Parts: sequence; structure tokens; C-alpha cells
Amino acid sequence: MITVENLTKSFQGVNALNGVTLDVEAGTVLGVVGPSGAGKSTLARCVALLERPDSGAIRVDGTDITALDGSALRAARRQIGVVPQGDSLLRQRTAAGNIALPLESAGIPGPQRRSRVGELLDLVGLTDKAASYPDQLSGGQRQRIAVARALAANPSVLLADEPTSALDPETTGSVLTVLDRARAELGVTVLVVTHDMGVVRKICDDVAVLEQGRVVEHGKVLDLVGDAGSRTSSALLPAVDLNPINESSYDRVADVVLVGFAAVGALLPEASHRFGVELNIVGGGLTRLGETPVARFRLGLNGERSDSALEWIGEAGGAVQRSLKGPQGVAA
Amino acid sequence: MRSATPWSDVLSYLVEATGETLYMVGVSTVIATAFGVPLGVWLQLTAKGGLRPNAAVHRVLGFITDLGRSMPFIVLLVALTSVTRLIVGGSIGSTAVIVPLAVGAIPFVGRLVQNILSEVHVTVVEAAVTTGASTLRIVRSVLIRESLPALINAIGVTVIALIGYSAMAGVIGGGGLGDLAIREGYQRFNDRILWSTVAWLAVLTTLIQLGFTRAARASDRRRHATV
Ligand SMILES: Nc1ncnc2c1ncn2[C@@H]1O[C@H](COP(=O)(O)OP(=O)(O)OP(=O)(O)O)[C@@H](O)[C@H]1O
Ligand SMILES: [Mg+2]
Repeated sequence: MITVENLTKSFQGVNALNGVTLDVEAGTVLGVVGPSGAGKSTLARCVALLERPDSGAIRVDGTDITALDGSALRAARRQIGVVPQGDSLLRQRTAAGNIALPLESAGIPGPQRRSRVGELLDLVGLTDKAASYPDQLSGGQRQRIAVARALAANPSVLLADEPTSALDPETTGSVLTVLDRARAELGVTVLVVTHDMGVVRKICDDVAVLEQGRVVEHGKVLDLVGDAGSRTSSALLPAVDLNPINESSYDRVADVVLVGFAAVGALLPEASHRFGVELNIVGGGLTRLGETPVARFRLGLNGERSDSALEWIGEAGGAVQRSLKGPQGVAA
Repeated sequence: MRSATPWSDVLSYLVEATGETLYMVGVSTVIATAFGVPLGVWLQLTAKGGLRPNAAVHRVLGFITDLGRSMPFIVLLVALTSVTRLIVGGSIGSTAVIVPLAVGAIPFVGRLVQNILSEVHVTVVEAAVTTGASTLRIVRSVLIRESLPALINAIGVTVIALIGYSAMAGVIGGGGLGDLAIREGYQRFNDRILWSTVAWLAVLTTLIQLGFTRAARASDRRRHATV
């Protein structure tokens, strides 16, 4: 579990972080997104103990790690696995040798080291590349080795700064799968910095949006998508208004967000049936956030009890974002 | 006009002088490496963006290093006579030359090493830092190991430079190939000795260079790349 409290950091008058507060629950994945220069890397470097914040605290499992020195600092670093931005492998060492580095730092003896390296190669699916040098690996494979290295000393936290920024979509998938396995199989808490909302879509439980050194949005991805005004929802959900519709042909027009198999599959037909209204999907579509199907539809409703139908959808767990037509206050 | 020195004598001259040169250069290279590499590491660690940045220490070290490098070797050779006497118990002969050779080469090696270490990419170094490795481990396993091929080449460059400097060893009776070419060859108008020494020096330096290039290649894992 990571807690960041009121973190500030400035570089020669540039305030890179302006009081950043956020937390990542144990065993979850937080995506930190935001425009270039927002302070994402600065935040990541502070958590990685490569940069000392000017003020504020960073707690890992309750202990403030910002003020440590010497061997306590090195021990804390071992608790935090880091996948740095860009190429970071030793080119004069094999894949296995690179993964072994944190184990050497931790003073783990040879035989144990070798078996642990074997486990990690297996975790990232590169057992056959153990003896390859970084120059012989593809970008995605190098990045997976970097993840394996970060996980080698059994850290409780995994930190990755733009782990997929230089990769094509397919390779990106393989790296994200590895991060996801780390959380699922090792229970590590993951903080991933990215400018790619696709990363948030695929593996993040929570998201924090950083702008000019401040957190402007922070919460569970599946909660934030239901909030019409959130940056997360506009970035992740299908657009609803690509095709202008003739609103006059409906009594009510509303946007709804439905999260989960049950809601996406059954809520709308059920509403139509219960309230005897005609219910058409006139825009939007279906997407997937992690394993969860999520839909944002623009609905056109006809029938006397259209408002009640919308209200019921809201109560049944759908987020009725906007009643484009008809009385306000229907939205849940 | 006297008759040319017999080839057998030229050969024995060369053998003896080669032995002296290799002795002077070999020992001073070992000393220069032993002190120059740590100096280069220290310069790099204290540099801006280094692992232990320290502007004051870096500036003082850099100043002394560059002062040493700017000193003409011949000046060092005579200026260090008393220091030499203190260390080796005499101020002439091959052993006495080793002191100024080594002292002159330490700052040379130091700067070469610092430049080479600074080429190790900062993300690679930081990645090692995040593993909780100690500074000593990072110096050994990352900075030095990652740049080993370049470091070996740099030592080769140093050896060649020291062979050049050792030519001045005659000034304090150090002997060696350079001294042979100047004293027996040039000053006594003995062309056979002069040109055989020059030719042998060319062969010797080429062989040494070749050896270091090979060693550097052998230490470079990246050559296995399949690209
Ligand atoms: N070492 C530094 N020295 C001076 N300024 C810095 C330094 N590191 C970061 N900054 C400044 O702090 C601000 C935040 O930078 P940061 O790298 O954290 O942004 P970012 O969100 O990671 O951007 P990007 O998406 O482009 O990587 C920027 O204005 C940047 O110029
Ligand atoms: Mg960045």
C-alpha cells in the first residue's frame, strides 16, 4: 500500500509537484496520467527514491520513506521495484544476469539467486531468453526483463514510468500482461505512469490525473467512468454524439453508462419491458475496461413512463448521465 | 667511416633496450591504472549528475588532474628527482624513470576513465540505484563492467603514450628503446641502429595495440548480438 501526502517538489523555481496526495491500495494498479510536464515522472522518481521531495510524505505500508539515508534507504529501495523510463538493462549482462542484480544487492547467495531468476523468467515468459544479451532482445522483451528485474527482490510495490511508450500495440499488450500478472500472482501494489489511456483501460483499477503538479482527478476507474464530467470517462468511453440524431422523434434522450456484464446485458431490455417504453440505442457503444464490459449509450425513449424508466436504470446501477430532453433532475 | 655494427650486436642492443622499455612502461602502467582508475571513478562520482555529486571535491580533483596533465613529461622527469630518490632509493636508471612515468600517467588515465564512465547511460545507473545496490557495487558491476571494453582500450592508449614518454628516459639514464635510438643511433650517426630501433618500435606498438584491441573485444559481450 502506498500513500502520498501533500508532496511538493520544485526545480529552480519550476513547481513540478504542488501538493500531490493520493493512495494506492495494496494489490491494486494505479495509473498516473496527465499531459506532458504535469509532473508524472517527478512523482514516480520521488516514489522510486531517486528524487527527494521538498515536503510531504510517501508511505509504503505505513512507513515514511522520504527521509531515509544510508543502508535504511537502500533497504527501502529494495521494497520498491522500479521499471525506469527507457532502456535500463546492463548491456554486458545476460537477461538472467540483469534480473539477478537486485538479488546481488540484497546479498542473496548464488543457488537461491538462480532459482529466483528462473521463477521470474517464467513469470515474464522469457525462460528461453535467459542467456541472451539485451542487444539480442526486442524492445518488448527488454521491457519484460526490466519488469522481472524490478520484481526480483520481492518488493511490495512496483513502479513503472511509461513502460510501453516506445512499443507497438502488440508488444505493449505483452508488457501490460506481465504487469497484470505481477499484481495477480505476487500481490504487489502497482503504480504505472503513462500518457496512454489504453494502459489505464487494460490494467488499472484506479486512476489519478495530474495537471501542473496537482491531482485533478483520482478514483476507481469504474466509478469515474460513470461521472459524466470526468476526464477519465471522456477518455475511455465510446463517444455518443458522433451521429447527430433527430431528438424531436423521441420523448426523452439520455446518455447512460452501464458497468459490468449484468448491467450491459440486461438492464435496458428490462427497463423497456417494465415501464412499457420504446427504448432505442441511438449512439455510443461498448468497450472493455480490464475484464469488465462497459457501455455508454445514447438512448432515445418513447412512452409515457420514459422518466420512470430512466430513474429505474439509475437506481439499478446504471449512471444516467444526462437527460438531454425533458425535466432536469432525472439524472441519477 | 667506421664499418656498420654487426646485426648480431644490433639484436642484442634491441633485446636489452626492449627489456628496459617493457619494464619501465609495464610497471608504470600498472601503477597508473591502480591510481588512475580510482581517480577517474572519483571524478565521475562527484561530477554533476554523478552518484555522489560534490562540486567542491570535483573541482579540486579536476584542477589537480588537469595540472598534472598539462605538465610536460621532461619537466616532470627532472622535477621529480628528489621524490624519486625517496621512493626508489636512487634517481637514475630504469627504476627511477618509473616514478615520473607513473605520476605523469595517473591524471591522463583519470580523465580517460572519467570520460568513459560518463558514457554509461544515466537510466542504467539509476536502475541499479533503485535495486538498493551500494555505491561500491554500482561502480564495480555497472560503471566499470559496462565500460570494460573502452577501459581496456584506454589502458592500451596509455601504454603507447608511455612508450613515447619513456623515450626521454635517457635523460636520467633509464635506457630503453627511445634512448637506444637517440644515443646509439642518432647521436653516433649509426643509421643501422637508428632505423632498426624505429622499425622495431613500430612493430612493437602495433603488436601491443593489437593485443589490447583483442582483449577489449573479448570483454565485450555485445559482440554476440545477432543484429
Ligand atoms: N531535473 C529537473 N530539472 C529541472 N526541471 C525539471 C527536472 N525534472 C523535471 N523538471 C520540470 O518539472 C516539470 C514536470 O516534469 P516531469 O518530467 O515530471 O513531467 P511529466 O509529467 O513526466 O512529463 P512527460 O509526460 O513529458 O514525461 C516540468 O516542467 C519539467 O520541466
Ligand atoms: Mg515523464
